[in-house]
Amino acid sequence: MKRLRVVVAMSGGVDSAVAAALLVQAGHEVVGMTMRLHGHVDTGLASPERSCCDLRAYNDARRVCDRLEIPHQVVDLSDEFRRDVMDVFASEYFAGRTPNPCVLCNTHLKWEHLWLRAERIQADAVATGHYARVVQADNGHFLARAAFREKDQSYALWGLARDRLAHTLFPLGDLSKSQVRQLARQLDLAVAEKAESQDICFVPDGDYGRFLAHHNPRRAHELQGGNLVDDQGRVVGTHKGIAHFTVGQRRGLGLAAPKPLYVSGIDASTGDVRVGPEQDLYHTALEADGLKWLVEFPDGELECLGAIRYRDAGAPCVVKVKDGVAHVRFYEARRAITPGQCVVFYLGDQVLGGGWIRRAVPGHAVEGS
Amino acid sequence: MLRKVYLDHAATTPLDQEVLEAMLRLGSTHFGNPSSGHGFGRRARALVDEAAQQVAGAIGASRSEEILFTSGGTESDNLALRGALAAFPGEHALVVGAAEHAAVLDTAADLEAMGRRVVRLPVDGRARVDPGALEAALDQQPVGLVSVIWANNEVGSIHDMEAICRICHARGVLVHSDAVQALGRLDVRVDRIPVDLLSGSAHKFHGPKGAGFLFVRRGTRLAPQITGGLQQEGRRGGTENVPGIVGLGLALERATGNLGPHADHLRRLASHFKSALGKVPGMVMLGDGAVADQLPGHFSLCFEDVEGEALLLSLDLDGIAVSSGSACHTGSVEPSHVLLAMGLSRRQAKGCIRLVLGRHQVEEDLSYAAQRLREHVERLRGAQ
Repeated sequence: MKRLRVVVAMSGGVDSAVAAALLVQAGHEVVGMTMRLHGHVDTGLASPERSCCDLRAYNDARRVCDRLEIPHQVVDLSDEFRRDVMDVFASEYFAGRTPNPCVLCNTHLKWEHLWLRAERIQADAVATGHYARVVQADNGHFLARAAFREKDQSYALWGLARDRLAHTLFPLGDLSKSQVRQLARQLDLAVAEKAESQDICFVPDGDYGRFLAHHNPRRAHELQGGNLVDDQGRVVGTHKGIAHFTVGQRRGLGLAAPKPLYVSGIDASTGDVRVGPEQDLYHTALEADGLKWLVEFPDGELECLGAIRYRDAGAPCVVKVKDGVAHVRFYEARRAITPGQCVVFYLGDQVLGGGWIRRAVPGHAVEGS
Repeated sequence: MLRKVYLDHAATTPLDQEVLEAMLRLGSTHFGNPSSGHGFGRRARALVDEAAQQVAGAIGASRSEEILFTSGGTESDNLALRGALAAFPGEHALVVGAAEHAAVLDTAADLEAMGRRVVRLPVDGRARVDPGALEAALDQQPVGLVSVIWANNEVGSIHDMEAICRICHARGVLVHSDAVQALGRLDVRVDRIPVDLLSGSAHKFHGPKGAGFLFVRRGTRLAPQITGGLQQEGRRGGTENVPGIVGLGLALERATGNLGPHADHLRRLASHFKSALGKVPGMVMLGDGAVADQLPGHFSLCFEDVEGEALLLSLDLDGIAVSSGSACHTGSVEPSHVLLAMGLSRRQAKGCIRLVLGRHQVEEDLSYAAQRLREHVERLRGAQ
């Protein structure tokens, strides 16, 4: 095996720590890098608790590196993060969509800005603690789901740069979470028992409304509240701001109805949140833009599986691309297609590419089969 | 085998073997508490007194009682600022340079938060306080204490402490100087330069970590900041770190005993490094360790369009240890406050690294470091 110089993106958590340890064990020259993504000025919180990016996380990552006897560096990417993740996150919410900042962060921060830092120290590859695999085939490298489906994170990785796949390592791709924790214990890594991070790292208190008002005070009034309307446009109640809602949501509506009601749409221009019975959540088609392909897109149509959220196994669909927009028709209606989230295309375990869902389209399912 | 070249002697220095042996000789035999009245205690007391005399002799203090042992430079700076200002009413300001070490700046900020007026003096392009600005500050308000670093820890420039003392003492104002970088590299003599308070740290002059001292000129009032015993005449509670103090005394004695030849040797090594590095386009030498009015062997180099952090890591992977800014800032990636105070832009400041040679360095290692540094700068710049 060739000894590579590998930069490992280290968050301070157990996954990236084990990823680094495995690479060291394999004999590579490993360098840990921890991205500084935001400070309290950015998040609007006095003391960022539970955030993946605070000083404690740096120190955890540094301690792991010290233990592995590898260099560690904190790289300041807070300007890039604000521009490529937080600003987009906010504008998506203001547009009535439900953004996915983790995909943005992987795409831009890890596979663009961190890569530049890695190239500056002549690294041969970049590794992360994601649960996914890069598979080498005759015709190149492709991205695939993790061996253990329950932790598979390939959904969040479709945006990575295709030409960097061959230089990307996912040391945890064949491992389960419990195996990773066990390895961490065996290696005596201090982070072995550390809890999973759950919330969006720059909104550690989970209060998106507060974050958005802090991030963009001039538009804060747009989130003040609005009407709950039914599918006929009749006002059936009021709500405390569109940022608190996502398609498919049932809780927090404050409506008494004979049948359960769900959020079926958000109209940022009027501030309306549309509610309806569960069947209103089902759509058979969607449109997505911001497309990225990890394979050559075939002429005409593509038959594949479309996953519309994290942990979604995907459902059969047909994809046509016109003017940079993917028109995706499913064979069976999908529940809660959410604008702002991603659609990721799979062939078996292989990730073909993905895009950003702009809208769910009413219409017929693919005929036949 | 990867060559290892340590060029970070401003962060810390290797422990002098003879100092280590002296500390080890104490071993488990002379373990007494200097405050105890019995023979074990007396022996320890004598060792501490001896060390105080060594320090006093090395810096030209007239009495060993003027030497107060602490845990290091940071504690000494804290004790000097907090302890000396305690004797002054609230309206008396504290005056500090804008490019002081964080031990002074952060303490000043803390005192300010508690109601003390703090004046931060601007510095010139070499991080030095302008004596004229100091005079003006002293004439504008009542001032209790002025704290100015003897030699800057990041760029290695040296203050004219004599002039600063003259200005302050003419107005009855006390002077403290953080001489942590200066001791062992420059002739620091309190009999010639009449500072009232002076901080030192053993591990910067080949002594042990965790040991420092504060020189307190006789007659200077100092309120203790660590209470809990009558040790050191009640000015700093807590049992003395006897092995550390013994190490400190000997290390300073050894470092100052041969100061002239040591400094000349360091400047020779620095010249060698400089010529090995040659002219690098886009390089600005903020601190030149080969010239006379600068800490010997202390370089501060800034490279246009190069990230200092990338340079640091690239050199680290080659076994060459340098720093960007000050080691106390590790973990944060903010550009150095010293460089910003000197007028550099954030971008320029991020392109700076510090290389500080040590007296045991060999020329071959310096040639290797210079060559690698040059290659990395050219490569990183080409990659832009």
